[in-house]
Amino acid sequence: MSEDIVLLNSDGLRVDGRALDELRPIKIEAGVLGNADGSAYVEWGANKVLAAVYGPKEAQPKYLQDTAKAIVQVNYNMAAFSGDERVRPGPNRRATEISKITAEALENVILTNQFPRASIDVYIEVLEADAGTRCAGLTAASVAIADAGIPMIGMVAACAAGKIDGHIALDLGKKEDNFGQADMPLGYVPGTGEIVLLQMDGHMTMVEFRKAMDMAISACEQIHELQIGALRRRYAVNYADMDDGGTEQ
Amino acid sequence: MITPFSTSGTVRCLVAIYMSEDDVQRTDRILVIPGESVGDSSLKSGMGTYRRGDEIFAAQLGIVNYRAGFVNVIPFSGKYQPKPGDSIIGLIQDAGPNSWMVDIHCPYTAFLHANETPWKVDFGTTTQYLRVGDIVLAKISQVDETRRVNITMKEQGLRKLTSGQIMRLSHTKVPRVIGKGGSMISLLKEHTGCRIFIGQNGVIWIDGELDGMVKASAAIELIDRGTHLHGLTDEVRTFLLGGTNVPDTNDVDGV
Repeated sequence: MSEDIVLLNSDGLRVDGRALDELRPIKIEAGVLGNADGSAYVEWGANKVLAAVYGPKEAQPKYLQDTAKAIVQVNYNMAAFSGDERVRPGPNRRATEISKITAEALENVILTNQFPRASIDVYIEVLEADAGTRCAGLTAASVAIADAGIPMIGMVAACAAGKIDGHIALDLGKKEDNFGQADMPLGYVPGTGEIVLLQMDGHMTMVEFRKAMDMAISACEQIHELQIGALRRRYAVNYADMDDGGTEQ
Repeated sequence: MITPFSTSGTVRCLVAIYMSEDDVQRTDRILVIPGESVGDSSLKSGMGTYRRGDEIFAAQLGIVNYRAGFVNVIPFSGKYQPKPGDSIIGLIQDAGPNSWMVDIHCPYTAFLHANETPWKVDFGTTTQYLRVGDIVLAKISQVDETRRVNITMKEQGLRKLTSGQIMRLSHTKVPRVIGKGGSMISLLKEHTGCRIFIGQNGVIWIDGELDGMVKASAAIELIDRGTHLHGLTDEVRTFLLGGTNVPDTNDVDGV
Protein backbone atom coordinates (compact mmCIF):
# COMPACT_ATOMS: atom_id res chain seq x y z
CA MET A 1 0.00 0.00 0.00
CA SER A 2 1.35 3.35 -0.98
CA GLU A 3 1.32 6.09 1.65
CA ASP A 4 1.57 9.06 -0.68
CA ILE A 5 -1.59 8.35 -2.68
CA VAL A 6 -4.43 10.60 -1.53
CA LEU A 7 -7.81 8.98 -2.07
CA LEU A 8 -9.83 11.59 -0.25
CA ASN A 9 -9.18 15.34 -0.53
CA SER A 10 -9.73 18.02 2.11
CA ASP A 11 -13.26 18.65 0.81
CA GLY A 12 -14.14 15.04 1.47
CA LEU A 13 -14.25 14.22 -2.24
CA ARG A 14 -12.74 11.12 -3.80
CA VAL A 15 -10.30 10.80 -6.72
CA ASP A 16 -13.11 10.81 -9.27
CA GLY A 17 -14.89 13.70 -7.53
CA ARG A 18 -17.57 11.59 -5.84
CA ALA A 19 -18.80 11.99 -2.29
CA LEU A 20 -18.21 9.08 0.08
CA ASP A 21 -21.76 7.76 -0.28
CA GLU A 22 -22.08 8.35 -4.01
CA LEU A 23 -22.40 5.64 -6.65
CA ARG A 24 -20.75 5.82 -10.05
CA PRO A 25 -23.23 6.50 -12.90
CA ILE A 26 -25.08 3.27 -13.76
CA LYS A 27 -26.90 2.43 -16.96
CA ILE A 28 -28.80 -0.85 -17.36
CA GLU A 29 -30.39 -2.19 -20.51
CA ALA A 30 -32.37 -5.44 -20.75
CA GLY A 31 -32.84 -7.73 -23.75
CA VAL A 32 -29.78 -6.68 -25.73
CA LEU A 33 -29.04 -10.07 -27.33
CA GLY A 34 -31.31 -11.75 -29.86
CA ASN A 35 -30.14 -15.34 -29.50
CA ALA A 36 -30.01 -15.69 -25.71
CA ASP A 37 -33.18 -16.48 -23.73
CA GLY A 38 -32.52 -13.40 -21.63
CA SER A 39 -29.83 -10.75 -21.56
CA ALA A 40 -28.73 -7.48 -20.00
CA TYR A 41 -26.01 -4.91 -20.40
CA VAL A 42 -24.67 -2.81 -17.57
CA GLU A 43 -22.43 0.24 -17.69
CA TRP A 44 -21.26 1.05 -14.21
CA GLY A 45 -18.75 3.91 -14.22
CA ALA A 46 -16.09 2.63 -16.59
CA ASN A 47 -17.22 -1.00 -16.23
CA LYS A 48 -19.01 -2.54 -19.17
CA VAL A 49 -20.62 -5.91 -18.50
CA LEU A 50 -22.83 -8.11 -20.63
CA ALA A 51 -24.91 -10.97 -19.19
CA ALA A 52 -26.72 -13.69 -21.14
CA VAL A 53 -28.98 -16.45 -19.84
CA TYR A 54 -29.80 -19.76 -21.51
CA GLY A 55 -32.31 -22.20 -20.15
CA PRO A 56 -33.74 -23.80 -18.21
CA LYS A 57 -32.65 -26.78 -20.29
CA GLU A 58 -31.83 -30.38 -19.47
CA ALA A 59 -28.52 -30.37 -17.53
CA GLN A 60 -25.62 -31.99 -19.37
CA PRO A 61 -23.64 -34.11 -18.53
CA LYS A 62 -26.34 -36.12 -16.84
CA TYR A 63 -24.48 -36.59 -13.54
CA LEU A 64 -24.85 -32.88 -12.89
CA GLN A 65 -28.63 -33.19 -12.82
CA ASP A 66 -30.45 -32.74 -9.53
CA THR A 67 -33.79 -34.58 -9.55
CA ALA A 68 -35.27 -32.05 -7.10
CA LYS A 69 -34.21 -28.73 -8.62
CA ALA A 70 -32.43 -26.90 -11.39
CA ILE A 71 -28.75 -26.16 -11.11
CA VAL A 72 -27.40 -22.68 -11.80
CA GLN A 73 -24.14 -22.52 -13.71
CA VAL A 74 -22.39 -19.20 -14.06
CA ASN A 75 -19.46 -18.41 -16.29
CA TYR A 76 -17.76 -15.12 -15.43
CA ASN A 77 -15.22 -14.13 -18.02
CA MET A 78 -13.07 -11.09 -18.56
CA ALA A 79 -12.46 -10.17 -22.19
CA ALA A 80 -8.81 -10.08 -23.23
CA PHE A 81 -9.20 -6.35 -23.88
CA SER A 82 -11.03 -5.55 -20.63
CA GLY A 83 -8.08 -4.27 -18.63
CA ASP A 84 -5.14 -1.87 -18.98
CA GLU A 85 -3.01 -4.85 -19.84
CA ARG A 86 -4.14 -7.81 -21.90
CA VAL A 87 -6.05 -10.31 -19.77
CA ARG A 88 -4.96 -13.85 -20.49
CA PRO A 89 -8.05 -15.66 -21.85
CA GLY A 90 -9.56 -18.63 -20.10
CA PRO A 91 -10.63 -19.48 -16.59
CA ASN A 92 -8.35 -18.58 -13.72
CA ARG A 93 -8.52 -18.69 -9.93
CA ARG A 94 -10.40 -15.39 -9.69
CA ALA A 95 -12.90 -16.08 -12.50
CA THR A 96 -13.71 -19.51 -11.06
CA GLU A 97 -14.34 -17.96 -7.64
CA ILE A 98 -16.58 -15.20 -9.01
CA SER A 99 -18.53 -17.70 -11.13
CA LYS A 100 -19.11 -19.83 -8.03
CA ILE A 101 -20.23 -17.04 -5.69
CA THR A 102 -22.47 -15.51 -8.37
CA ALA A 103 -24.13 -18.89 -8.99
CA GLU A 104 -24.68 -19.33 -5.25
CA ALA A 105 -26.17 -15.85 -4.95
CA LEU A 106 -28.54 -16.49 -7.85
CA GLU A 107 -29.58 -19.93 -6.55
CA ASN A 108 -31.10 -18.12 -3.58
CA VAL A 109 -33.53 -16.17 -5.72
CA ILE A 110 -34.35 -18.48 -8.63
CA LEU A 111 -37.27 -20.85 -7.96
CA THR A 112 -35.11 -23.80 -8.95
CA ASN A 113 -37.57 -26.41 -7.65
CA GLN A 114 -39.83 -25.68 -10.62
CA PHE A 115 -37.26 -27.14 -13.00
CA PRO A 116 -35.92 -30.48 -11.72
CA ARG A 117 -33.02 -31.96 -13.70
CA ALA A 118 -32.53 -28.68 -15.54
CA SER A 119 -29.69 -26.26 -15.80
CA ILE A 120 -29.83 -22.47 -16.00
CA ASP A 121 -26.67 -21.16 -17.64
CA VAL A 122 -25.56 -17.60 -17.06
CA TYR A 123 -22.70 -16.04 -18.99
CA ILE A 124 -21.16 -12.84 -17.67
CA GLU A 125 -18.76 -11.18 -20.05
CA VAL A 126 -16.74 -8.26 -18.73
CA LEU A 127 -15.94 -6.05 -21.72
CA GLU A 128 -14.26 -3.31 -19.75
CA ALA A 129 -13.20 -3.54 -16.13
CA ASP A 130 -12.67 -0.80 -13.59
CA ALA A 131 -13.24 -2.41 -10.15
CA GLY A 132 -16.60 -3.76 -9.04
CA THR A 133 -17.18 -6.13 -11.96
CA ARG A 134 -18.54 -8.93 -9.77
CA CYS A 135 -21.25 -6.57 -8.51
CA ALA A 136 -21.96 -5.28 -12.01
CA GLY A 137 -22.00 -8.89 -13.26
CA LEU A 138 -24.44 -10.08 -10.60
CA THR A 139 -26.67 -7.04 -11.18
CA ALA A 140 -26.69 -7.70 -14.94
CA ALA A 141 -27.25 -11.44 -14.48
CA SER A 142 -30.34 -10.81 -12.31
CA VAL A 143 -31.87 -8.59 -14.98
CA ALA A 144 -31.04 -11.16 -17.67
CA ILE A 145 -32.71 -13.94 -15.65
CA ALA A 146 -35.87 -11.87 -15.18
CA ASP A 147 -35.77 -11.06 -18.91
CA ALA A 148 -35.55 -14.80 -19.68
CA GLY A 149 -38.84 -15.31 -17.82
CA ILE A 150 -37.29 -17.61 -15.24
CA PRO A 151 -39.38 -17.62 -12.04
CA MET A 152 -37.55 -15.92 -9.21
CA ILE A 153 -38.24 -14.47 -5.76
CA GLY A 154 -36.83 -11.12 -6.80
CA MET A 155 -33.79 -9.64 -8.42
CA VAL A 156 -30.42 -9.41 -6.70
CA ALA A 157 -28.79 -5.99 -6.67
CA ALA A 158 -25.12 -5.83 -5.81
CA CYS A 159 -22.80 -3.07 -4.75
CA ALA A 160 -19.53 -2.78 -2.87
CA ALA A 161 -18.58 -0.57 0.04
CA GLY A 162 -15.11 -0.21 1.48
CA LYS A 163 -12.63 1.87 3.37
CA ILE A 164 -10.37 4.53 1.88
CA ASP A 165 -8.07 6.80 3.84
CA GLY A 166 -9.83 5.71 7.05
CA HIS A 167 -13.31 6.57 5.77
CA ILE A 168 -16.09 4.25 4.72
CA ALA A 169 -16.92 4.79 1.05
CA LEU A 170 -19.43 3.36 -1.37
CA ASP A 171 -18.69 1.62 -4.68
CA LEU A 172 -14.89 1.75 -4.82
CA GLY A 173 -13.21 2.64 -8.08
CA LYS A 174 -10.04 1.01 -9.34
CA LYS A 175 -7.55 3.24 -7.51
CA GLU A 176 -9.58 3.06 -4.32
CA ASP A 177 -9.74 -0.72 -4.61
CA ASN A 178 -6.00 -1.00 -5.19
CA PHE A 179 -4.81 1.50 -2.59
CA GLY A 180 -7.69 1.53 -0.11
CA GLN A 181 -7.86 -0.39 3.16
CA ALA A 182 -10.91 -2.59 2.55
CA ASP A 183 -13.39 -3.63 -0.12
CA MET A 184 -16.65 -5.41 0.61
CA PRO A 185 -18.95 -6.51 -2.24
CA LEU A 186 -22.51 -7.23 -1.16
CA GLY A 187 -25.43 -8.85 -2.98
CA TYR A 188 -28.85 -7.95 -1.62
CA VAL A 189 -32.44 -8.93 -2.43
CA PRO A 190 -34.45 -5.79 -1.70
CA GLY A 191 -37.80 -7.61 -1.56
CA THR A 192 -36.82 -10.03 1.19
CA GLY A 193 -33.95 -8.16 2.81
CA GLU A 194 -31.70 -11.18 2.31
CA ILE A 195 -27.97 -10.86 1.76
CA VAL A 196 -26.94 -13.43 -0.84
CA LEU A 197 -23.34 -12.38 -1.36
CA LEU A 198 -20.89 -10.93 1.11
CA GLN A 199 -17.15 -10.89 0.75
CA MET A 200 -14.51 -8.73 2.32
CA ASP A 201 -10.94 -7.97 1.53
CA GLY A 202 -8.91 -5.85 4.00
CA HIS A 203 -9.60 -4.67 7.52
CA MET A 204 -12.54 -2.90 9.09
CA THR A 205 -13.70 -2.62 12.68
CA MET A 206 -17.12 -3.94 13.61
CA VAL A 207 -18.50 -0.38 13.63
CA GLU A 208 -17.02 0.35 10.21
CA PHE A 209 -18.34 -2.95 8.90
CA ARG A 210 -21.88 -2.08 10.01
CA LYS A 211 -21.62 1.35 8.42
CA ALA A 212 -20.29 -0.12 5.16
CA MET A 213 -23.06 -2.67 5.12
CA ASP A 214 -25.81 -0.09 5.65
CA MET A 215 -24.30 2.05 2.93
CA ALA A 216 -24.10 -0.86 0.47
CA ILE A 217 -27.65 -2.00 1.25
CA SER A 218 -29.14 1.43 0.59
CA ALA A 219 -27.14 1.60 -2.66
CA CYS A 220 -28.50 -1.83 -3.64
CA GLU A 221 -32.01 -0.46 -3.21
CA GLN A 222 -31.19 2.33 -5.66
CA ILE A 223 -29.66 -0.16 -8.10
CA HIS A 224 -32.75 -2.35 -7.82
CA GLU A 225 -34.86 0.57 -9.04
CA LEU A 226 -32.56 0.89 -12.05
CA GLN A 227 -32.97 -2.85 -12.74
CA ILE A 228 -36.75 -2.50 -12.62
CA GLY A 229 -36.55 0.53 -14.89
CA ALA A 230 -34.52 -1.42 -17.45
CA LEU A 231 -37.11 -4.22 -17.58
CA ARG A 232 -40.00 -1.78 -17.78
CA ARG A 233 -38.37 0.03 -20.70
CA ARG A 234 -37.82 -3.28 -22.47
CA TYR A 235 -41.53 -4.09 -22.39
CA ALA A 236 -42.84 -0.53 -22.48
CA VAL A 237 -45.79 -0.71 -24.82
CA ASN A 238 -49.47 -0.33 -24.44
CA TYR A 239 -51.09 -3.47 -23.04
CA ALA A 240 -54.34 -1.75 -22.19
CA ASP A 241 -56.38 -3.20 -25.01
CA MET A 242 -54.53 -6.47 -25.45
CA ASP A 243 -57.08 -9.26 -25.44
CA ASP A 244 -56.63 -12.41 -23.43
CA GLY A 245 -55.92 -14.54 -26.46
CA GLY A 246 -57.28 -18.02 -26.77
CA THR A 247 -56.46 -21.66 -26.43
CA GLU A 248 -59.12 -23.32 -28.59
CA GLN A 249 -58.22 -23.62 -32.25
CA MET B 1 -67.29 -12.36 -7.19
CA ILE B 2 -63.85 -12.19 -5.70
CA THR B 3 -63.74 -10.57 -2.32
CA PRO B 4 -61.76 -7.38 -2.65
CA PHE B 5 -58.48 -7.10 -0.82
CA SER B 6 -58.83 -5.81 2.64
CA THR B 7 -55.45 -4.95 4.10
CA SER B 8 -52.91 -2.46 2.91
CA GLY B 9 -53.73 0.76 1.07
CA THR B 10 -51.55 0.05 -1.90
CA VAL B 11 -53.14 -3.31 -2.49
CA ARG B 12 -56.63 -1.85 -2.19
CA CYS B 13 -55.73 0.73 -4.77
CA LEU B 14 -54.65 -2.05 -7.15
CA VAL B 15 -58.10 -3.62 -6.87
CA ALA B 16 -59.71 -0.44 -8.02
CA ILE B 17 -57.58 -0.58 -11.13
CA TYR B 18 -57.83 -4.27 -11.86
CA MET B 19 -61.40 -5.17 -11.05
CA SER B 20 -64.57 -3.56 -12.22
CA GLU B 21 -67.75 -4.31 -10.29
CA ASP B 22 -69.53 -6.09 -13.12
CA ASP B 23 -66.73 -8.16 -14.57
CA VAL B 24 -64.19 -9.74 -12.27
CA GLN B 25 -62.46 -11.50 -15.16
CA ARG B 26 -61.59 -8.26 -16.88
CA THR B 27 -58.04 -7.17 -16.25
CA ASP B 28 -56.30 -3.99 -17.12
CA ARG B 29 -52.76 -4.70 -18.10
CA ILE B 30 -50.27 -3.90 -15.41
CA LEU B 31 -46.68 -4.98 -15.92
CA VAL B 32 -45.04 -6.60 -12.92
CA ILE B 33 -41.41 -7.39 -12.15
CA PRO B 34 -40.32 -10.46 -10.14
CA GLY B 35 -40.65 -9.66 -6.44
CA GLU B 36 -43.45 -7.14 -6.89
CA SER B 37 -46.52 -7.56 -4.67
CA VAL B 38 -49.62 -8.63 -6.61
CA GLY B 39 -52.14 -9.53 -3.91
CA ASP B 40 -52.85 -10.54 -0.35
CA SER B 41 -54.05 -13.65 1.46
CA SER B 42 -57.65 -13.23 0.25
CA LEU B 43 -56.47 -14.53 -3.13
CA LYS B 44 -54.89 -17.80 -4.18
CA SER B 45 -51.42 -17.82 -5.64
CA GLY B 46 -51.67 -18.88 -9.28
CA MET B 47 -49.23 -19.29 -12.14
CA GLY B 48 -46.12 -17.13 -12.17
CA THR B 49 -46.56 -16.08 -8.55
CA TYR B 50 -45.41 -17.21 -5.12
CA ARG B 51 -46.64 -16.64 -1.60
CA ARG B 52 -44.55 -15.32 1.25
CA GLY B 53 -46.32 -14.69 4.54
CA ASP B 54 -49.67 -13.04 3.87
CA GLU B 55 -48.71 -11.61 0.55
CA ILE B 56 -48.48 -12.90 -3.01
CA PHE B 57 -45.62 -11.76 -5.23
CA ALA B 58 -44.89 -11.98 -8.93
CA ALA B 59 -42.25 -14.59 -9.77
CA GLN B 60 -42.04 -13.72 -13.43
CA LEU B 61 -41.96 -10.69 -15.63
CA GLY B 62 -45.39 -10.25 -17.16
CA ILE B 63 -48.86 -8.87 -16.68
CA VAL B 64 -51.08 -9.60 -13.68
CA ASN B 65 -54.33 -11.34 -14.19
CA TYR B 66 -57.04 -11.96 -11.57
CA ARG B 67 -59.34 -14.85 -12.32
CA ALA B 68 -61.58 -17.09 -10.23
CA GLY B 69 -59.94 -16.13 -6.97
CA PHE B 70 -56.46 -16.71 -8.33
CA VAL B 71 -53.82 -14.18 -9.12
CA ASN B 72 -51.64 -15.13 -12.07
CA VAL B 73 -48.79 -13.50 -13.90
CA ILE B 74 -48.94 -14.04 -17.65
CA PRO B 75 -45.26 -14.10 -18.57
CA PHE B 76 -43.71 -12.34 -21.55
CA SER B 77 -40.98 -14.91 -21.92
CA GLY B 78 -39.89 -18.24 -20.54
CA LYS B 79 -39.78 -21.88 -21.48
CA TYR B 80 -42.78 -24.14 -22.02
CA GLN B 81 -43.63 -26.31 -19.00
CA PRO B 82 -45.26 -29.55 -20.21
CA LYS B 83 -48.75 -30.28 -18.85
CA PRO B 84 -50.73 -33.50 -19.36
CA GLY B 85 -53.39 -33.06 -22.02
CA ASP B 86 -51.54 -30.40 -24.00
CA SER B 87 -51.40 -30.93 -27.75
CA ILE B 88 -47.88 -30.35 -28.96
CA ILE B 89 -45.73 -30.69 -32.05
CA GLY B 90 -42.48 -32.59 -31.57
CA LEU B 91 -39.34 -33.39 -33.49
CA ILE B 92 -38.00 -36.94 -33.36
CA GLN B 93 -34.54 -36.72 -31.86
CA ASP B 94 -33.60 -40.34 -31.38
CA ALA B 95 -35.08 -43.77 -32.05
CA GLY B 96 -34.64 -46.73 -29.72
CA PRO B 97 -35.75 -50.35 -30.25
CA ASN B 98 -39.25 -49.66 -28.98
CA SER B 99 -39.42 -45.94 -28.30
CA TRP B 100 -38.44 -42.51 -29.55
CA MET B 101 -37.07 -39.43 -27.84
CA VAL B 102 -38.88 -36.32 -28.97
CA ASP B 103 -37.81 -32.69 -28.78
CA ILE B 104 -40.95 -30.85 -27.69
CA HIS B 105 -39.43 -27.35 -27.51
CA CYS B 106 -39.19 -27.32 -23.72
CA PRO B 107 -36.40 -27.97 -21.19
CA TYR B 108 -37.09 -31.70 -21.22
CA THR B 109 -36.98 -34.32 -23.96
CA ALA B 110 -40.19 -36.35 -24.21
CA PHE B 111 -40.49 -40.13 -24.39
CA LEU B 112 -42.78 -41.74 -26.97
CA HIS B 113 -43.26 -45.48 -26.51
CA ALA B 114 -44.09 -47.69 -29.50
CA ASN B 115 -47.33 -48.74 -27.75
CA GLU B 116 -48.40 -45.10 -27.68
CA THR B 117 -48.54 -44.84 -31.47
CA PRO B 118 -51.38 -45.73 -33.86
CA TRP B 119 -49.21 -48.46 -35.42
CA LYS B 120 -48.28 -51.98 -34.39
CA VAL B 121 -44.56 -51.55 -34.04
CA ASP B 122 -42.43 -54.71 -33.75
CA PHE B 123 -39.39 -54.56 -31.50
CA GLY B 124 -36.47 -52.98 -33.33
CA THR B 125 -38.51 -51.63 -36.21
CA THR B 126 -39.24 -48.14 -34.87
CA THR B 127 -37.37 -46.38 -37.68
CA GLN B 128 -39.80 -47.85 -40.21
CA TYR B 129 -42.44 -45.61 -38.67
CA LEU B 130 -40.65 -42.53 -37.37
CA ARG B 131 -37.09 -41.49 -38.12
CA VAL B 132 -34.86 -38.83 -36.66
CA GLY B 133 -35.99 -35.46 -38.00
CA ASP B 134 -39.64 -36.43 -38.45
CA ILE B 135 -42.33 -34.17 -37.03
CA VAL B 136 -45.24 -35.54 -35.01
CA LEU B 137 -48.45 -34.14 -33.69
CA ALA B 138 -48.81 -35.62 -30.21
CA LYS B 139 -50.35 -35.11 -26.82
CA ILE B 140 -48.67 -35.04 -23.43
CA SER B 141 -49.95 -38.02 -21.48
CA GLN B 142 -47.92 -37.89 -18.30
CA VAL B 143 -45.41 -35.68 -16.51
CA ASP B 144 -43.85 -36.98 -13.31
CA GLU B 145 -42.32 -35.03 -10.43
CA THR B 146 -38.85 -35.11 -11.97
CA ARG B 147 -40.37 -33.81 -15.22
CA ARG B 148 -40.03 -37.02 -17.17
CA VAL B 149 -42.47 -36.41 -20.01
CA ASN B 150 -44.44 -39.15 -21.78
CA ILE B 151 -46.33 -38.35 -24.94
CA THR B 152 -48.90 -40.28 -26.93
CA MET B 153 -50.08 -40.40 -30.53
CA LYS B 154 -52.96 -42.75 -29.83
CA GLU B 155 -55.77 -40.22 -29.85
CA GLN B 156 -57.74 -39.19 -32.87
CA GLY B 157 -56.05 -36.63 -35.07
CA LEU B 158 -52.56 -37.28 -33.69
CA ARG B 159 -50.21 -38.29 -36.44
CA LYS B 160 -46.91 -37.90 -38.22
CA LEU B 161 -46.76 -34.65 -40.20
CA THR B 162 -45.48 -35.41 -43.67
CA SER B 163 -45.75 -32.10 -45.50
CA GLY B 164 -45.66 -28.38 -44.80
CA GLN B 165 -43.31 -26.44 -42.60
CA ILE B 166 -42.89 -25.71 -38.91
CA MET B 167 -42.13 -22.53 -36.99
CA ARG B 168 -40.97 -22.24 -33.42
CA LEU B 169 -42.16 -19.38 -31.23
CA SER B 170 -42.09 -18.87 -27.49
CA HIS B 171 -45.03 -20.71 -25.91
CA THR B 172 -46.06 -17.37 -24.38
CA LYS B 173 -47.09 -16.22 -27.87
CA VAL B 174 -49.46 -19.15 -28.48
CA PRO B 175 -52.63 -17.37 -27.20
CA ARG B 176 -51.81 -14.40 -29.45
CA VAL B 177 -51.48 -16.57 -32.57
CA ILE B 178 -54.76 -18.31 -31.75
CA GLY B 179 -56.55 -15.10 -30.79
CA LYS B 180 -59.67 -14.63 -28.72
CA GLY B 181 -62.10 -17.40 -29.60
CA GLY B 182 -59.71 -18.53 -32.34
CA SER B 183 -60.11 -15.22 -34.23
CA MET B 184 -56.50 -14.84 -35.27
CA ILE B 185 -55.97 -18.40 -36.45
CA SER B 186 -59.18 -18.44 -38.46
CA LEU B 187 -58.09 -15.16 -40.06
CA LEU B 188 -54.77 -16.77 -41.01
CA LYS B 189 -56.42 -19.91 -42.37
CA GLU B 190 -58.98 -17.93 -44.32
CA HIS B 191 -56.52 -15.60 -46.05
CA THR B 192 -53.74 -18.06 -46.76
CA GLY B 193 -55.70 -21.21 -47.55
CA CYS B 194 -53.30 -23.15 -45.34
CA ARG B 195 -53.87 -25.79 -42.75
CA ILE B 196 -52.34 -24.46 -39.54
CA PHE B 197 -51.93 -26.16 -36.18
CA ILE B 198 -50.43 -24.48 -33.14
CA GLY B 199 -48.91 -26.70 -30.49
CA GLN B 200 -49.15 -25.53 -26.87
CA ASN B 201 -45.37 -25.73 -26.85
CA GLY B 202 -45.11 -22.89 -29.37
CA VAL B 203 -44.36 -25.04 -32.42
CA ILE B 204 -46.60 -24.18 -35.36
CA TRP B 205 -47.29 -26.37 -38.37
CA ILE B 206 -48.32 -24.73 -41.64
CA ASP B 207 -49.28 -26.70 -44.73
CA GLY B 208 -50.67 -25.54 -48.05
CA GLU B 209 -49.65 -23.84 -51.27
CA LEU B 210 -46.19 -22.26 -51.22
CA ASP B 211 -47.55 -18.70 -51.55
CA GLY B 212 -49.95 -19.27 -48.69
CA MET B 213 -47.24 -20.75 -46.46
CA VAL B 214 -44.94 -17.81 -47.11
CA LYS B 215 -47.74 -15.40 -46.29
CA ALA B 216 -48.78 -17.32 -43.19
CA SER B 217 -45.27 -17.53 -41.80
CA ALA B 218 -44.69 -13.81 -42.43
CA ALA B 219 -47.96 -13.01 -40.65
CA ILE B 220 -46.99 -15.22 -37.71
CA GLU B 221 -43.67 -13.41 -37.49
CA LEU B 222 -45.63 -10.18 -37.34
CA ILE B 223 -47.71 -11.58 -34.48
CA ASP B 224 -44.56 -12.80 -32.76
CA ARG B 225 -43.19 -9.28 -32.70
CA GLY B 226 -46.39 -7.44 -31.96
CA THR B 227 -47.41 -9.66 -29.09
CA HIS B 228 -48.04 -6.84 -26.67
CA LEU B 229 -49.60 -4.39 -29.06
CA HIS B 230 -53.29 -3.80 -29.20
CA GLY B 231 -55.17 -3.92 -32.48
CA LEU B 232 -52.99 -6.83 -33.56
CA THR B 233 -55.78 -8.67 -35.37
CA ASP B 234 -56.49 -5.62 -37.53
CA GLU B 235 -52.82 -5.17 -38.28
CA VAL B 236 -52.51 -8.81 -39.36
CA ARG B 237 -55.67 -8.52 -41.47
CA THR B 238 -54.21 -5.47 -43.26
CA PHE B 239 -51.02 -7.39 -43.86
CA LEU B 240 -52.81 -10.45 -45.22
CA LEU B 241 -55.03 -8.40 -47.51
CA GLY B 242 -52.62 -5.87 -48.87
CA GLY B 243 -49.22 -7.21 -48.00
CA THR B 244 -48.28 -4.00 -46.17
CA ASN B 245 -46.14 -3.98 -43.04
CA VAL B 246 -43.89 -6.61 -44.55
CA PRO B 247 -41.87 -7.94 -41.62
CA ASP B 248 -38.13 -7.75 -41.92
CA THR B 249 -37.19 -11.41 -41.78
CA ASN B 250 -33.58 -10.64 -40.92
CA ASP B 251 -34.66 -9.19 -37.63
CA VAL B 252 -34.99 -12.27 -35.45
CA ASP B 253 -37.29 -11.00 -32.74
CA GLY B 254 -37.67 -7.35 -33.43
CA VAL B 255 -35.46 -6.19 -30.57
